[in-house]
Amino acid sequence: MDFSFLFSNFFELSITGLVLGSVYALVALGYTLVYGVLQLINFAHADVFMWGTFVVAWVFILTGASGSTTLLGAAPYLLIALVAAASASGGLAMLVERIAYRRLVRKRALSYIILISAIGASFVLSETMGIRDKVVALIDGIINAVVGLFGGHIDIVGWLSDYTSRARGVTTLPLTIKPQVVFSAGNFSVRDTDLTIILAALIMMIGLDQFIRRTRLGREIRAVAQDPEAAALMGSNSTSVVSKTFLIGGIMAGVAAVLYQIKVGATTFDLGVVLGIKAFTAAVLGGIGNLRGALLGGLLLGVVENYGSALFGTQWKDVVAFLLLVLILLVRPTGLLGQTLGRARA
Amino acid sequence: MSEVQTAPSTVQPLLDVDHVTIKFGGVVALDDVTFEIKPGEILGLIGPNGAGKTTCFNVITGVYQATSGTVAFDGTPLKGKKRYQITKLGIARTFQNIRLFPSMSAEENVMVGADVHSKVGILRSIFRTPYFRRTERESRERSRELLRFVGVNADPEDFAVNFSYGDQRRLEIARALATKPKLVCLDEPAAGFNPAEKQRLMQLIHDIRDAGNTVLLVEHDMNLVMGVCDRIVVLEFGRKIAEGTPAEIQSNPDVVAAYLGTEEDDDDTA
Amino acid sequence: MNHFARTAGDWISDRWATVGDRVSDVVGKRPVKIPLIIVGVALVYLLPILNLPIIATPESDFPTVLFTVTVYAIVAVGLNIVTGYAGLLDLGYVGFYATGAYVIGLLTAYHFAWPFLLVLPIAMLITLVTGVLLGAPTLRVRGDYLAIVTMGFGELIRITIRNTAWLGGTSGIKSIPAPQGIGDKSTGVFQIPHLDWSTGTPLVDLNRQTKFLVFGVLDATPYFWLALTALIVIIVIERLVKRGRVGRMWEATREDEDAAEIMGVPTFKFKLLAFASGAFIGGLAGALFASKAGYINPISFPANLSMLFVAAVVIGGSGNRWGAIIGAIIVAYLPERFRQLEDWRLLFFGIALVAIVSFRPQGLFPPGNRARAQRAARRAARDAQREVPVV
Repeated sequence: MDFSFLFSNFFELSITGLVLGSVYALVALGYTLVYGVLQLINFAHADVFMWGTFVVAWVFILTGASGSTTLLGAAPYLLIALVAAASASGGLAMLVERIAYRRLVRKRALSYIILISAIGASFVLSETMGIRDKVVALIDGIINAVVGLFGGHIDIVGWLSDYTSRARGVTTLPLTIKPQVVFSAGNFSVRDTDLTIILAALIMMIGLDQFIRRTRLGREIRAVAQDPEAAALMGSNSTSVVSKTFLIGGIMAGVAAVLYQIKVGATTFDLGVVLGIKAFTAAVLGGIGNLRGALLGGLLLGVVENYGSALFGTQWKDVVAFLLLVLILLVRPTGLLGQTLGRARA
Repeated sequence: MSEVQTAPSTVQPLLDVDHVTIKFGGVVALDDVTFEIKPGEILGLIGPNGAGKTTCFNVITGVYQATSGTVAFDGTPLKGKKRYQITKLGIARTFQNIRLFPSMSAEENVMVGADVHSKVGILRSIFRTPYFRRTERESRERSRELLRFVGVNADPEDFAVNFSYGDQRRLEIARALATKPKLVCLDEPAAGFNPAEKQRLMQLIHDIRDAGNTVLLVEHDMNLVMGVCDRIVVLEFGRKIAEGTPAEIQSNPDVVAAYLGTEEDDDDTA
Repeated sequence: MNHFARTAGDWISDRWATVGDRVSDVVGKRPVKIPLIIVGVALVYLLPILNLPIIATPESDFPTVLFTVTVYAIVAVGLNIVTGYAGLLDLGYVGFYATGAYVIGLLTAYHFAWPFLLVLPIAMLITLVTGVLLGAPTLRVRGDYLAIVTMGFGELIRITIRNTAWLGGTSGIKSIPAPQGIGDKSTGVFQIPHLDWSTGTPLVDLNRQTKFLVFGVLDATPYFWLALTALIVIIVIERLVKRGRVGRMWEATREDEDAAEIMGVPTFKFKLLAFASGAFIGGLAGALFASKAGYINPISFPANLSMLFVAAVVIGGSGNRWGAIIGAIIVAYLPERFRQLEDWRLLFFGIALVAIVSFRPQGLFPPGNRARAQRAARRAARDAQREVPVV
C-alpha cells in the first residue's frame, strides 16, 4: 500500500475522482428513478448509457471531426453529440420499458422474472452493438436481395464501414480533446475538462431535482413512486408516467455518455457490465430511489475508488466498487440518505 | 383501568409476556402488555382493529423484537432467538392472509413443518441412511394423519393452490401442528368462513387442545372466541384493558364500551 | 445359530430392500423404466462413435461439441439448484467455473504437476469453500440485489486472477496436461472405430478410432465420456438430495422465505447450502473444461458467460433439472450445429430471454409439479368465473 502517493496527490485524486463520480451519478439517476417508481432494478440501463457513448463517437465521425483540439474547439461537435446521445439514450430507455417491462409489470410478475427480462434486454443492447458489423451486413444482404431484382446495388456495408469497424474492439473518438490547465498551485492543477464535467453533472442534477419538485410530471412521478394505485385513482396514467421516467433516466445517461467521452475518449460494446455495477453501487450507496442520494453516492464512489486505486494499484480499481456495494448492503441497505423517491427528498 | 386480576397460579405459565412494549419510530404499538398462557388452555386475544393483536402475535413468534419487556416460553426468554429457533422450541403459527407454498403439494407443505426436528442434510440424503428413511416416512405419515385430523379431504398430493379456501386454512393449521408445537397460535382462522365452517373450526380448536396443545387465538368473531376460549385478553390501542373468562369479559364495562358495544352487530352479520 | 441365521437373513433382506429403494429413488418408481434408461444412457455414450447424421456437427469436431454441451449441462444442473430450487438469481456463476478451472491449472501445471484425478476433488472443494465465503455475507441481501452482488463477485474473481501473477495473471496458464488414461498411450486397452455416414450408409471408419482410454488433443471422445460420467453422477446425487427434506426446504424458501422461516426452516442455512452445492458443481464443470482446453486465461471467463448460463436454465425451465439440461443443450449445441449463427448466439439468447419470460415465464420445460399446479390454477380460475354469476 502506497500511502505517500495517496497523500502527495490527494487533491489531484479527489478531482479526477469527482469527474468519474459525476458520470456514475448521472447513470445512477436512471437506476434510482426506475427503482423509485417500480421498485425494480433496470438492468439494461448501463447498456443504454453504452449506446450513448457510441452515438457520441458516431456524431464525431459523421461531422468529420478529427485531429486534436481544445475543449472550446470541440464544443460545437459536443453540443450536437449531446443532443444526439440524449435523444438516442432516452429513446432506447423508453424502448426497454416498452419491451422488457410493461407487459410484465402489468401482469404483476415476480421481480425476479422482470429482472431476467431486463437482463435479456441488456444482452440484446450490448450484443447488437458488439456485432453491429454483422447486423449491417445482414441488412445489406436483405436490401440488396430486393434491390438486386431491379438490377441495382446499394453498398450499405461500405457506407457504414467507419461506424462498424472493430465491432468487438475499442472505438476511439477521432478527435482528441486536449485538456487545458485552468488553475494550478504546487503539484496539482485543475483542467477545464474536469471542471466542465463536474459542473455539467451538477447542473443536470439540480435541474432534475427542481423538475421533479416543481413540474406536473415531477409531481406525478412522485405520486406513482409513493403509491401507484392511489396515483392511478387520482387520474395519473401510471404507465405513461413510468415510460416518461425511463425517458428521463435515459436522457441523463445520454448526457453522462458525452461527459464520459470528454474524459475517456473511447468506448466498447461491453462497457455496460462494469459501469452498470458501479452506477448501481452509487445509487445504493446514496439510498436507491433518492435523487440526491444518487449524486452523493456517485461522487463518493468516484473519489473512494480513486483513493483505492492509488493505494492498491489501478488494476484493482474496479474491485473497490464491488466491495463497497457488498459492505453497504450488509451494513446499511437503505443507503446514506435513505430510500424512496416519493416520501424522502425527491 | 379496571384490570381483571387472575389469581396467581401454581402452574408455571407456558408463555409469559412480561411488560412488553414495542415502538415503531415514534408510534407505540404495544404499551406495557403483560399476560400469560397456562399449559393446556385456549387463550383468546381480542381487540378492535389496530389494537395491537397482530403485533403481539408477531412478538411472540419472533417476527418483531420487543423494545422493552420480555417474552419467555417454557421458561426460556425469546429475546435474540431466530424465528425458526422459536418454532423449534414449540411455538407454531398460522397466517391471517394464507401463506402456503403454492407450488408444493399439500402433503409437502405439511412435511415442511414436520421436518423441523429432522437433522437430514446432504450426506444423509445421498446415502439414504436408515435415519433418512425413518424421518422421511414419519414425516409423510404424520402429514397424512394431520391432514385427516384437520379435516382436509382433498388429495394430499394435489397442490395447495388448487384447494378450496377453507381447505387452505385448514392446511395451514395442519402445517403448524406438524412442527409438534406446545403452543399453537392461530391468526384469525375463521376469516371468510361461513357459520357451518366456524362450527367445525370450534370443534377443531377443541380437538387441538385435547391432543395436548395450548392454543392462542386471535379472532374477530365474538361468538367463536366466546364459545371456544377458556380465558380472554382484551387489547385496545396497544394496552391490555381486560383479562378474564368469557363471562367476565362480556360483563366488563370497559370492554363493552371499547369493543363489544360497537362491533357486536357487525360480527353477527359477518 | 438358528437365531443368528435368522438375524443375518433379516439383515441381508433389510439391506437388499434398502438397495432396492435406493435404486428406485434414483430412477423413479416403475422398474420398467430401468432397462429403458440403461439403453438411453448407452446411446448417449455412443453418440460420438455413431456420429449420426443431422445431429453431428459438420463444421466442428463432433466429440468436442458433445463435450462442451455436457460441460454446459453440468453447469445448468448446478445453477438450477441455486436459481431453480432455492430461487437465488446468481449472475456470477462463471466465477465458480473459473475457480474450478484455475485450481486444475495451478495444481496440475502451473505450480505443481499433481495428477488430474487427485486435483479434481480438490478443485471442487476449493470452489465449494469459495461459494461459502461469497455466499455467507451476501445471501442475507434481498433477491434482486443479490443478482447484482453475485455479478460483482463474478467480475471480482476474474479481476483477481488477472492481477495476480501467482494465478497466471493476464497471460493465463498454458499446457495443462491431459488426465491420465488407462492402458498404453499409443493404443489404449482397445480401440473403437467411429462410423462414417458420408456415403449415406454407415461405414466403419478404421482411420478414425477412439483409444480406450487415452486423453489427447486429437480425440475428444474420452473427454466426453469423462464429462458424461460426471454429469450422470451429479444428476444421481442431486436427485437424491432434492427428493427429501433438503429439496423441500429449498422449495419452501423459494416460495415464501418468511413463511418458511416461521415454519422452522433455517432459510439462510439452506440458501447457503444451495449456493455452495451450485459452486461445487460449477467447479467440477470448470475443472473439466480446463483439462480439455489445456490453456486458460482470464478472458475465458467473461461476465457474458454467466448470463448465458442463466439463459440456459431459464429458457429450459427453471426448477426442472431436465429442462435446465435441455436449455444447456440449446445454448451450447445449436450455435455449433449451425456455425454461421455462432456470432449471433448471445443476441439470440438475449431475445429469447425477453420473449420467454414475457410469454412463458416457466420456461420451455417447467418442473412437472409447477406446470400441473399452474394448469390447475387456470382451471380453478375459469371455474370460479363461471360460478360467479350464479351467486
